[in-house]
Amino acid sequence: MAHDHDHHHDHEHGSDLDEMTLRVRALETILLEKGYIEPAAIDALIEAYEKKIGPRNGANVVAKAWADPKFKEWLIKDGTAAMESLGYGGRSGNHLVVLENTPNVHNMVVCTLCSCYPWALLGLPPLWYKSAPYRSRTVSEPRSVLKDFGVELPKDTEIRIWDSTAELRYLVVPMRPPGTEGWDEEKLAQLVTRDSMIGTGFAKRPEDLQ
Amino acid sequence: MNGGQDLGGTHGHGAVKPEPNEPVFHGDWEKRAFALTLAMGMPGGWNIDMSRFARENRRPNEYLDMTYYQVWLAGLETLMKERGLVAEDEIEAGRPLHPPKPVARVLKPEDVAKTLHRGGPTERDTNTKPAFEAGQRVRARNINPVTHTRLPRYVRGHVGTIERVLGCHVFPDSNALGKGEDPKWLYTVRFDGRELWGDQADPTTQVSVDAWEPYLEQA
Repeated sequence: MAHDHDHHHDHEHGSDLDEMTLRVRALETILLEKGYIEPAAIDALIEAYEKKIGPRNGANVVAKAWADPKFKEWLIKDGTAAMESLGYGGRSGNHLVVLENTPNVHNMVVCTLCSCYPWALLGLPPLWYKSAPYRSRTVSEPRSVLKDFGVELPKDTEIRIWDSTAELRYLVVPMRPPGTEGWDEEKLAQLVTRDSMIGTGFAKRPEDLQ
Repeated sequence: MNGGQDLGGTHGHGAVKPEPNEPVFHGDWEKRAFALTLAMGMPGGWNIDMSRFARENRRPNEYLDMTYYQVWLAGLETLMKERGLVAEDEIEAGRPLHPPKPVARVLKPEDVAKTLHRGGPTERDTNTKPAFEAGQRVRARNINPVTHTRLPRYVRGHVGTIERVLGCHVFPDSNALGKGEDPKWLYTVRFDGRELWGDQADPTTQVSVDAWEPYLEQA
């Protein structure tokens, strides 16, 4: 536990936060006064990832794939083009590979070298995805990592780990839960969690929406 | 580089701790550090591989002890100092001490959405043919560059199978050094868990990496 995850965002540790706040504020002032940045562009970047680009994008893609077998076929064959047809793509999502989970194969995505993640579809990655425990153990002991998420797979399920070492970004299409026949895309999208699109969770069941 | 960032298969990091209802950023400074890094890419003129190298190129204990956005901020400072955009004494003083360096472009608010939507595609046209095809057995070369590379240590020397041929892509090892994009064929290479981790591996596990042609040799 030398580098415990909690260490990385210890809310009690106010002095650290203050130091970083001061440092970043000073740097921003320098860049502003030198004319390298425009404040409204900084605000727009933050707003884009806080309000606009998040896991709902990916959930819409997955819901469409569940509802429309032709779209799913296209998505798996050419993820980039299929995603772009829905208006998604760009930064950290220029080249998309889509992986389908089945009763026999479970896909899971990691970036052992940094934090590559399909921003265009899932937004910015959660802390755990960028943390040393996830990055170190997923490639060598995925089942024990899944246990940390409370997820257990049948012993004979094949586990496919995709280490995002290039600019390809990976999106998992989780298994569609039973009892959702005839649901429209909007309702289906509510079942699609962020973790289910990384491979560290399952989609919600209809009863979870109650 | 064989640095603190190359974490695959290393031990002692403890449990993964998902945070329920995690916010996008933990604190205002993270938002600012994130956005400053993205915005400075335009006047700074560096590429994604230079950014990654600037973040990872530090003592491993330092890398592992810093929070995620502390690493980003440190990387940003390095990139700006290297190009004379900001000097160390300015960072220490917390205010500008030297005249600005002329920059070609600054990110305008009205260009943010467009810039994000464009992103940074890495596939390039080529007249060359790929050396390998799907299904072929290949060995990840035992390379140990001290500069930026995207071949993780845990696959080096191991034999896998070409799963997909992904086209010709910007080669990070060259691009990170400012030696040009030097596009190379890129492949998804799949390894059996036991090939990577020995008998203790779960026999149901398969691990793949995306590897450029110079990382691979025929097995």
